[in-house]
Amino acid sequence: MSFRMLTKLAAGAALIALTTGAAKTADNVEVLHWWTSGGEAAALEVLKKDLESKGVAWSDMPVAGGGGEAAMTALRARVTAGNPPTAVQALGFDITDWANQGVVGDLSEIATAEGWDKVIPTALQNFSKHDGKWIAAPVNVHSTNWVWISKKALDAAGGKEPQNWDELIALLDKFKESGITPVAHGGQPWQDATIFDAVVLSLGNDFYKASMVDLDPAALGGDKMKEAFGRMEKLRSYVDDNFSGRDWNLASAMVIEGKAGLQFMGDWAKGEFLKAGQKPGTDFVCIRFPGTQGAVTFNSDQFMMFKVGEDSKKAQLAMASAIENPVFQSAFNVVKGSVPARTDVPNTDFDDCGKKGMADLAEANTNGSLFGSMAHGHSAPAAVKNAMYDVITRHFNGDLSTDEAPAELAAAVAAAQ
Amino acid sequence: MSTPSPDNAANINKLARGLIYIALILFAIYYLLPLYVMVVNSVKPLSEIREGNMLSLPSVLTFEPWFTAWSTAQIGVQATGLKPYFMNSILMVVPAVAISTLLGALNGFVLTKWRFRGDNLVFGLMLLACFIPFQIALIPAARILGLLGIAGTTQGLVLIHVVYGLGFTTLFFRNYYAAFPTELVKAAQIDGASFFQIFRRILLPSSGPIIVVTVIWQFTNIWNDFLFGASFGDFDSQPMTVALNNLVSSSSGVKEYNVHFAGAILAALPTLVVYVVSGRYFVRGLMAGAVKG
Amino acid sequence: MLTRNRLQDAVPRLVLAPSFAAILLFVYGFILYTGFLSLTDSKMLPSYGFVGLENYRKLWALPHWWRALTNLGIFGSLYIIICSVLGLFLAILLDQKIRAEGFLRPIYLYPMALSFIVTGTAWKWFLDPGIGLQNTMHLWGWESFTFTWIKDRNLAIYCVVIAAVWQSSGFVMAMFLAGLRGVDNEIIKAAQIDGASTMTIYRRIIIPLMRPVFLSAFVVLAHLAIKSYDLVVALTGGGPGQATELPATFMYSYTFTRNSMGIGASSAIIMLVMIFSIIIPYLYSELRGGPRA
Repeated sequence: MSFRMLTKLAAGAALIALTTGAAKTADNVEVLHWWTSGGEAAALEVLKKDLESKGVAWSDMPVAGGGGEAAMTALRARVTAGNPPTAVQALGFDITDWANQGVVGDLSEIATAEGWDKVIPTALQNFSKHDGKWIAAPVNVHSTNWVWISKKALDAAGGKEPQNWDELIALLDKFKESGITPVAHGGQPWQDATIFDAVVLSLGNDFYKASMVDLDPAALGGDKMKEAFGRMEKLRSYVDDNFSGRDWNLASAMVIEGKAGLQFMGDWAKGEFLKAGQKPGTDFVCIRFPGTQGAVTFNSDQFMMFKVGEDSKKAQLAMASAIENPVFQSAFNVVKGSVPARTDVPNTDFDDCGKKGMADLAEANTNGSLFGSMAHGHSAPAAVKNAMYDVITRHFNGDLSTDEAPAELAAAVAAAQ
Repeated sequence: MSTPSPDNAANINKLARGLIYIALILFAIYYLLPLYVMVVNSVKPLSEIREGNMLSLPSVLTFEPWFTAWSTAQIGVQATGLKPYFMNSILMVVPAVAISTLLGALNGFVLTKWRFRGDNLVFGLMLLACFIPFQIALIPAARILGLLGIAGTTQGLVLIHVVYGLGFTTLFFRNYYAAFPTELVKAAQIDGASFFQIFRRILLPSSGPIIVVTVIWQFTNIWNDFLFGASFGDFDSQPMTVALNNLVSSSSGVKEYNVHFAGAILAALPTLVVYVVSGRYFVRGLMAGAVKG
Repeated sequence: MLTRNRLQDAVPRLVLAPSFAAILLFVYGFILYTGFLSLTDSKMLPSYGFVGLENYRKLWALPHWWRALTNLGIFGSLYIIICSVLGLFLAILLDQKIRAEGFLRPIYLYPMALSFIVTGTAWKWFLDPGIGLQNTMHLWGWESFTFTWIKDRNLAIYCVVIAAVWQSSGFVMAMFLAGLRGVDNEIIKAAQIDGASTMTIYRRIIIPLMRPVFLSAFVVLAHLAIKSYDLVVALTGGGPGQATELPATFMYSYTFTRNSMGIGASSAIIMLVMIFSIIIPYLYSELRGGPRA
């Protein structure tokens, strides 16, 4: 390569770079999200089309990876640069953390006009509202204390759905005898923690609230927590040798293919079963984690709105309104496996598991047994959540004994606060 | 090219040479294995991947995953495939490589032929810059890009890649030019040639090998960068790696491994081509300077 | 005439100045800034409440951090040693007037061109007992074959080493090959006349001449080891448990996913201290005598 070529290339390239600057129009929403898999993205496209029909253009900023971790890093760079997106997919305490930075917008205008206060569960509002102002539009509610059982394996083991811990263990033992892997599990910290959520909840709603939400040191380090870790250790004995690092959808596939008996996972797992052509009730069974019927641990995807200029405000509000449109809520959540964030959406398009999910959510909301999921960042801020992950994962992988774990958990949480 | 291997190499008996070839081929297999896994599984239907042997050849050959990855796979809200992001990467990589290479050449020239007091310190500081973990640069760099008004643009990405490439490009050219006869530069100076004239007429014509090394190095590093691309790219400037990551690590849904592998190979093609085409010059370039202290 | 000359004299420094200024700001400015952040109570975004050395105290009290450092010790030393030995070995083999050199060399070299976002999935598959090597061997009839390192918290770190060696050893090979090609034929001829065997020539003469290449390779590898991030994320995500956590993944996770930017910054400073304590002595010894001709 000659020098002349090099300089020409550099000059030409610099020119191209200078002329490709972004042309942002006023009626435009820039959306940062991590819904890049087929079904989710298709569902999101419904929203995009809806907005476009109202004259609002959609600039797509997908950053997948680590359940939104990569997107949150990108968001930090964007906000630091003074160039925040209009709307950002966000979870739980991330929303609260950003609100505390004073960079989020205000949706109260549209929320009041459309009466969001009445139709969105209070537990969700704790995240969607900050200082009395609406800052985020919730899209869905995932509940995490589900068990997905292979119908064939269940029938072979007597066909009775387990109602409590002992029945669960009995069922797992039968699975083991019949030569399949009792529990399909992927050894990633968040998956370990998802089971832990359900196990803690199965020891009582009050215990869940005290330990996971209020972070009470006595509950975290106490005997009941030791029992929870004991149950984790028991469940650990039912996973296969090869579980470490496995993606959750591969674990679902094990149940679908009949190689494993059941999986503890949030409602997004349903999509895997449906896509494999399985039907709820005939091919697989969805139940709440034994001992947690009536209570729900949830996580909720929301679109957090950032402060934008007056000219973009209209588009932002239009987007928020479109998200809370019951038609979108139904269409999106049927695909995603979750249930609508509004409690007044008709359940006609949902399958049996979806209908059960909606009913459970409404019941838990009325009874005060709707709790944020620790594993999914809805019961404690990120630092605490990850400190808990550390202990849960170390224990699950045998680095910590059941006797030591509660004290470690209490200490780790204290250090992270 | 000189061949320093001992002349009695011819005397080594055939057995030894056979062993050498066997060893070389075994290592070639080790290096090729991941690529083989990717290629083979990118032309299998998904059902065959699920059940079959990772290493077996496809029983049904399909190029569908390749077309899907390129033009219809779900990357964001629209099913665009990797295609649009390819251009974003090109628009970012070409200027960034060209500018950082040119600056590196000029810096190397100054540091070897126009020495001044403290030049070694300046060089040392620039070289040390190669070793900064990029993660710590994220937040402050975002602030600076914001102040410059180029946050989220291709220019911003180019600037960042140029700055963090300077240490390496300067190192390569400095070591190369260190071996260049200073007398030629002195003579030209006496003839009244200016700094840029000397650089253009005397040094650059003989810089071919080191330009190849630098371009290869910069091209692969910048093309493969994910962290900066994800953080400083915008909806219209996200590079290929971010798109590939969106393709392969979407949080839920069926994992179409064949499409993932096809996409991964597509994303890697430009760097692979650069390596294979110019690999010959790469060792020559390294020989010419980059590995000297 | 005089002013023109003065201007001419200033040109080289003016040419160097923008690069140097950019590096001062984007590298050293950011390092100072990170140092400052490590003394603050920064959580999600930088904040400026001064907490003294609190973050460092917390950092060193975390078992997680110790694990990352221990892993770096194991990973770093194995990675550097294996890459250097293997690189030299392959370079020597390739230097035996191998007919297929032009074909083999790019095969050894290409992994460096690919990012782990691209090859991570292939490696993950390959190492996974369920679908990878072990499964393949079982399908081929070798039922007793077991290879479950990646699932074993005591052995998983060695899987990271295998993949890392795969990526960089070819590059090290190229550096050694360039070094071997640069050895003066006369020295070898002289030794041969003295009746030295090929082995002896390599052991006594050629390999000692490779000292500068060893140093360059060490510096390149050491900084790659300390900065290893993509590799671990793509291969194990730090697991099983925290068995393959490295300082770079630790820092990223505390800064960006755990919203503990202060602790993240303090770990970054420790990493920088480690990097600089390796690089600065090397630079000093290299630059003391000025650029070599």
